[in-house]
Amino acid sequence: METILGVPTGAFLGQVVTGLINGAFYALMSLGLAIIFGLLHVVNFAHGAQYMIGAFVAWAILEYLGLSYWWALLIAPLAVGAVGLVMERLMLRHLYRLDHVYALLLTFGFALLAEGAFRLKFGVSGKPYPNPMSGGLDLEVTFIPWYRLWVIGVAIAVCIGTWAFIERTKLGSYLRAANENAPLVRTFGINVPRMLMLTYGLGVALAGFGGVMAAPIYQVSPLMGSNLIIVVFAVVVIGGMGSILGSVVTGFGLGLIEGLTKVFYPDYAGIVIFIVMILTLAVRPQGLFGRND
Amino acid sequence: MPERRTILRVANLAAWYGETQALHDVALEVREGETVCLLGRNGAGKTTTLRAIVGLLERCTGTIEVNGQPTTGLPPEAIAHLGVAYCPEERGIFASLSTHENLMLPPVLMPGGMTPEEIYKIFPNLLTRRDSPGTKLSGGEQQMLAIGRILRTGAKLLLLDECTEGLAPVIIEKIGETVRMLRQRGYTVLMVEQNFRFASGLADRFYVVEEGTMVDQFRREEIAGNLERIEGLLGL
Repeated sequence: METILGVPTGAFLGQVVTGLINGAFYALMSLGLAIIFGLLHVVNFAHGAQYMIGAFVAWAILEYLGLSYWWALLIAPLAVGAVGLVMERLMLRHLYRLDHVYALLLTFGFALLAEGAFRLKFGVSGKPYPNPMSGGLDLEVTFIPWYRLWVIGVAIAVCIGTWAFIERTKLGSYLRAANENAPLVRTFGINVPRMLMLTYGLGVALAGFGGVMAAPIYQVSPLMGSNLIIVVFAVVVIGGMGSILGSVVTGFGLGLIEGLTKVFYPDYAGIVIFIVMILTLAVRPQGLFGRND
Repeated sequence: MPERRTILRVANLAAWYGETQALHDVALEVREGETVCLLGRNGAGKTTTLRAIVGLLERCTGTIEVNGQPTTGLPPEAIAHLGVAYCPEERGIFASLSTHENLMLPPVLMPGGMTPEEIYKIFPNLLTRRDSPGTKLSGGEQQMLAIGRILRTGAKLLLLDECTEGLAPVIIEKIGETVRMLRQRGYTVLMVEQNFRFASGLADRFYVVEEGTMVDQFRREEIAGNLERIEGLLGL
């Protein structure tokens, strides 16, 4: 049997793919957090709950309306994004002039409420969601389901698309400028408050999109978000708060490191990300890609 | 000469930073095509007056009218749409944007603005630094960029805050030329200056602010006969 570094090739490749899958979700989630933090300076603790709601929207429209996964990919981000717009307009907006902790507490409270409500209604056991793509890639040494490759590909595409939108478009230049000096951007006639609302909606929609992508892989459960979000915040701290590129690279990188740790030091797989976080904070507190300001 | 239309009118303006009152009673008028200068010592309230006009102060009372329309309490983006453009003292060049992106950032709000080509012609240095990050430019280049980018928008009332501060004499001369050129093109300019020598050759009229209150005004022709009084007011 072929081996890589003393490990059977099949097992090795399997963990690499699993690592990349987890990394895809870390990247998608921390990307949304980075966009929101970069412009609004809000640490969005509701992100995990919004991801969970995205998955439940996908499940519900299949269960009650018979709408497939492909519809869910479109509808769930829009629905979760709309919840975000309302939340920004009615609540978050009034907290910008206060200390950041207020917005953090608000979003944390939202997460607790949302998770509590879904637990009450659906229980904690979770709902299965059918795999929309059967079959997979048979590499002889291992078998990779098509859906997993799809998740990795789409996550990369969404990350590149978001990066290009922010770095290469006119609207993106407004976002970058408002990130540095919002009052001055307003004197140019740009409606920054509306831009903040749409940005929160976009970041939250990304979380909802992640939830739909996750539904066929993990179970749709009220706690799926809080399980993920803790690791995602570690990813954000390692990458640097507010850095788009940092969140993407760190997300995939840490997923991969986690997967490989499972191969070589299985006991440490659960904590390796936090070890990296501690090392990063000790050596480079602003994060690997964070600006030192 | 027929009386020109009033573009900007400020009366009884008072403003606060938190609990501290920064402006007590500011009044001024700027007519179409004029270059008007606010003078005064450090901390007198000149910059605060400009910030109040563009809507950046959270708390101010009194009258501000742009083209006859009251703007007190309007958000900055609404005031910009009336044709007011602001070049702040700290220049406000964005580090995450290239020189060209900085130039193209303010949206065109009304017809009559300059094209990017015209602006690059006025400030050829900017064209050679087109793709550099905005904050990698020299102080003088950043000032040119800060002025250049508000010429594209079609705004005809330009508020320039201390645009010669900390710059070399040759750059100050260039900026003086630019202000003269803007005047010829029909722009209306309200500028704040510490550099009285520079301003005295440029502006048509002057206001002196002291402790948040308008204490004096004079025309350029009146400077020579009142030099002692003016220098006293400015602490020169």
